[in-house]
Amino acid sequence: MPDDEQTRRSSLNPVTDEDIPNAEVSPMSSETLPATSITPTTAAAPVAARAAEIASDASAPNVVFDVRDLNVFYGAFKAVRDVNLSVHKHEITAFIGPSGCGKSTVLRCFDRMNDLIESARVEGQVLYHGVDLYDPRIDPVEVRKRIGMVFQKPNPFPKSIYDNIAFGPKISGSKENLDDVVEKALRQAALWDEVKDRLKKSAMGLSGGQQQRLCIARAIAVEPEVILMDEPCSALDPIATARIEDLMQELKSEYTILIVTHNMQQAARVSDRTAFFTTEVNPESDTRTGMLVEFDSTNTIFSAPSDERTENYVTGRFG
Amino acid sequence: MTDLFLESEVERLLLEATTSRSRRVKNRLASLWMVGSLLVALVPLTLVIGYVLFKGAGEISLAWFTEDLPAITRKPGGGMGPAIVGTLLITAGAAILAVPLGILGAVYLHEYGGKTYTARLVRFMADVMTGVPSIVMGLFIYTVWTLQFGLEGIGGSLALACLMLPIIIRSTEEMLRLVPDELRQASYALGNRKWRTIITVVLPASFGGITSGVMIAIARAAGETAPLVFTIGAARNLNLDLFNGPMTALSVQIFGNAQTPFDAAQARAWGAALTLVGIVFIFTVLARVISARVARRHNA
Ligand SMILES: Nc1ncnc2c1ncn2[C@@H]1O[C@H](COP(=O)(O)OP(=O)(O)OP(=O)(O)O)[C@@H](O)[C@H]1O
Ligand SMILES: [Mg+2]
Repeated sequence: MPDDEQTRRSSLNPVTDEDIPNAEVSPMSSETLPATSITPTTAAAPVAARAAEIASDASAPNVVFDVRDLNVFYGAFKAVRDVNLSVHKHEITAFIGPSGCGKSTVLRCFDRMNDLIESARVEGQVLYHGVDLYDPRIDPVEVRKRIGMVFQKPNPFPKSIYDNIAFGPKISGSKENLDDVVEKALRQAALWDEVKDRLKKSAMGLSGGQQQRLCIARAIAVEPEVILMDEPCSALDPIATARIEDLMQELKSEYTILIVTHNMQQAARVSDRTAFFTTEVNPESDTRTGMLVEFDSTNTIFSAPSDERTENYVTGRFG
Repeated sequence: MTDLFLESEVERLLLEATTSRSRRVKNRLASLWMVGSLLVALVPLTLVIGYVLFKGAGEISLAWFTEDLPAITRKPGGGMGPAIVGTLLITAGAAILAVPLGILGAVYLHEYGGKTYTARLVRFMADVMTGVPSIVMGLFIYTVWTLQFGLEGIGGSLALACLMLPIIIRSTEEMLRLVPDELRQASYALGNRKWRTIITVVLPASFGGITSGVMIAIARAAGETAPLVFTIGAARNLNLDLFNGPMTALSVQIFGNAQTPFDAAQARAWGAALTLVGIVFIFTVLARVISARVARRHNA
């Protein structure tokens, strides 16, 4: 098993090595993110403009994911169309939008969990450090070792707390001392003090919030580069939610985080960039297809969105 | 004032006495009916165990376990040693054949096969096989095995394995179905491969249920007579070799001895019945203990 980040990445991509930065670009620089273009226009134009910008911006060294013209289908049903966005290193990117607009669907493309849904089919590219994750030569298992996931419902294994955390390192054949790995992951997930005396007890005996932090600890124990979180706080009370939000801020320095949330304050509080999705109804077939309306810095999305639909959504005026 | 009034009004509404009379009568009747059914269901169970104990206990002694079967069944004496050993060996042989095969088959059906044509066909065949009378399994092994290789223990094991296989496949598949998909997803999301997910997550999570199913199949097989009468022969002496020469088993001895008109033989049949019930009981308890312990180690 390769152990450092560099080799991990190059084992996925033997050809290119884009890790050497050629220019330090601050993630928030006006170059990559024009502050505003307030004139609300119709859908297509700003998206296309953003797409072009993002494409040019994708070669930047701090881009982890570059999604190009992503379409996802479930059987014949087109669930999401034409998603273009890029995810930057050590940032939190939030996906917001009404229920059923395809946030989870898009998120699952980043670690190829959609492969597990029989009817799901993906078109377009998800470039991870320039490597297309949907290239037929890519092994989805290797992808998932580098890109972790935390689910909406806490799903600890019916094993001990210790075994839950040690699970990932064990299967990937980690040579590190498991005790240390477990302690480090639990500390990072701000759970260590609560469970250090009962590591051998079942994880099922933890509270919902503790279980969710355990799942986060389990995900970071394999030292992924990216963590995907699908509504990680939806089953939690405000205090547990606040803890997980704090946790995300701490994890940001080491990991790149993508989060789906229904809680707009949460997106505004924690994220650096926000993608707003919505559904559009196809009048002929009466099907609903999700689409990306706007992708920009969180500040812009919440204070000066360029699309009317985004503004209506973030201000609580729907439709 | 209003508060007080409200309080007493609420109390009046909540008092049980205000529930309609017919409602309460129905409730009583339904409860009585359920308790009564339970008691009736317990009657045959306790009677069988009690009767077997009562009739068979007199036979049990040290010699019962150690001595060979008597040459003359009419007279008292001798033991059941060869039959006890035979039952244990033949059933163990059947379990070794059927348990791994059945569990692997169920894993294939549920984790890989899904809704494919092959999987549905296999599932259907397993269902049909569960309903096949055990004597048919005996006859089948008699034709394909015993006629070639003669009467021997392994023939009995094969026949019992045929009987156990569909039970194990179906019960294991049901248990795998109970494992929540979220656990598999959690495992895949950590970069675990499918086969390893099955070994490290799915099977441990369903271990208790699978063991119960396997135990039911083994207990069922241990008591079967029909598949054995054609296949293992009727030895009177201890034979420890499953692959050579006839053997005997408790169920066969119960069948044979109970048919004779002699008191000594009939007593021997009761003794064998008690021994069989005891063996199944001991193994069921052991399996429970072991599976609880393994489950605790895995899930603690
Ligand atoms: N496994 C599936 N099979 C078929 N269709 C699916 C499947 N999963 C999702 N869909 C459909 O795809 C569309 C997008 O679903 P998705 O779960 O991505 O929405 P979402 O934005 O995450 O919604 P929510 O906020 O409610 O979680 C929906 O129309 C949904 O019905
Ligand atoms: Mg969702």
